[in-house]
Amino acid sequence: MATPILEIKNLHKRFGKLEVLKGIDLTMLQGDVVSLIGSSGSGKTTLLRCVNLLEDYEDGIVAVDGEQIGFKEKSGRRVRLSEKEIARQRAMTGMAFQHFNLFPHMTAINNVMLGLIKTRGTPKDEAYSIAEKWLERVGVRARKDYFPGQLSGGQQQRVAIARAIAMNPKLMLFDEVTSALDPELVNEVLAVIQDLAKDGMTMLLVTHEMQFAHDVSSRVVFMQDGRIGEAGPPEQLFRSPKSERLTLFLKNSKFH
Amino acid sequence: MEILEAIIAVWAARWPILDGIGNTLLISGVAIAWGTMLGLGVGLLLTYGNLGVRLFVRIYSDFLRGTPVFVLILACFYILSVIGIDLSAFEAGIFALTLFCSSHVGEIVRGALQAIPRGQTEAAKSIGLTFSQTLFSVLFPQALRQILPTWVNTATEIVKASTLLSIIGVVELLLSVQQVISRAYLSMELYFFAGFVYFLINFAIEKTGRYVERKVAIPS
Repeated sequence: MATPILEIKNLHKRFGKLEVLKGIDLTMLQGDVVSLIGSSGSGKTTLLRCVNLLEDYEDGIVAVDGEQIGFKEKSGRRVRLSEKEIARQRAMTGMAFQHFNLFPHMTAINNVMLGLIKTRGTPKDEAYSIAEKWLERVGVRARKDYFPGQLSGGQQQRVAIARAIAMNPKLMLFDEVTSALDPELVNEVLAVIQDLAKDGMTMLLVTHEMQFAHDVSSRVVFMQDGRIGEAGPPEQLFRSPKSERLTLFLKNSKFH
Repeated sequence: MEILEAIIAVWAARWPILDGIGNTLLISGVAIAWGTMLGLGVGLLLTYGNLGVRLFVRIYSDFLRGTPVFVLILACFYILSVIGIDLSAFEAGIFALTLFCSSHVGEIVRGALQAIPRGQTEAAKSIGLTFSQTLFSVLFPQALRQILPTWVNTATEIVKASTLLSIIGVVELLLSVQQVISRAYLSMELYFFAGFVYFLINFAIEKTGRYVERKVAIPS
């Protein structure tokens, strides 16, 4: 069997006394698109952020492409890796954020080039053409020399996706990427993600767009209280939810 | 005519006065340059240092900011020699102003770094940048733009504070003019002249600051 792109085993995470992840198991293979749904506070975003170690986790294993992220076992003890190692591991995944988080002092193309040049050591002219290619792909090439403040929310988010994906990550993480957008800009961003999914990109998404989760995912995971409540193919999860909690959640999310 | 006399007196003493202006510029320039570099370090440690480091730097910064510059200058000149560090008046003065500048710049830098949204660091991490890469490519370029107006203000404060060095016998602009006054007895006119030169120096600093601010402003 091929190595899973993402393997999460018995993941636990607390914020002080509050345990927000209470033993998560999740495996993703090449090309899988998994959507995490659930009410706020259920741990979706935290789970996503543990994958690239924006949050440390206390117990369990997160492995990307067979490599444990952030920690190693050393004579029976769990040791955090060096910052340099962690930086290298983080570049194995790409992440798009709710608030885009573009670097405001750089043009769109420089935003995309930064990681290529600094992390991958790509020569400048090569980084430029890679960045240009991805900006083209997400439909903002014409705006490559604009600064984030000169772009619409939808354009900024597409640049942010290009910035992440230009690094050629093994896994893309999307954290509520349409939540901060005006309604009329949501679709242009979803279309980009859908397009990437068609291309076989492995993706883990946190989303409140139920229709989108239904359309794009190979699997949907419903989280409740730090655990996986229900998981399965979208058709099954959305059409015949097993638990009352999910039924209620879907009803409140106005999924038809 | 007293104005004419003043002009003649200044002209006659133009070389010592120019020397004084040169010293003022040198003292301020060096203190601002070193103070800013040290201040960047202070700001960094105040923001990202561990608890022990932060406490130490916090005491350094609070102590220096809570002490009058005048006292600082006297302390650097008189006390350092007692503990075996022998600095000339000129060096001691620059040293004192550098410390003063560093504490102020440190606070400005800390404020600017803390004001940068956390998402910036997270985005940098997510593309695999190390801490120092994040600092130099993402955080400093934003923080430095942020601090520019306040930094310019601090720089002019240093130029003004450099007059205090006259007390320990450093012949900067003020003292060189006072030496002319002691010969020509035209105190009002000559003090006005000195004040005007200080104004010109600070005006140039402010104008340059504004210019740089406009140049590096992020389009939006």
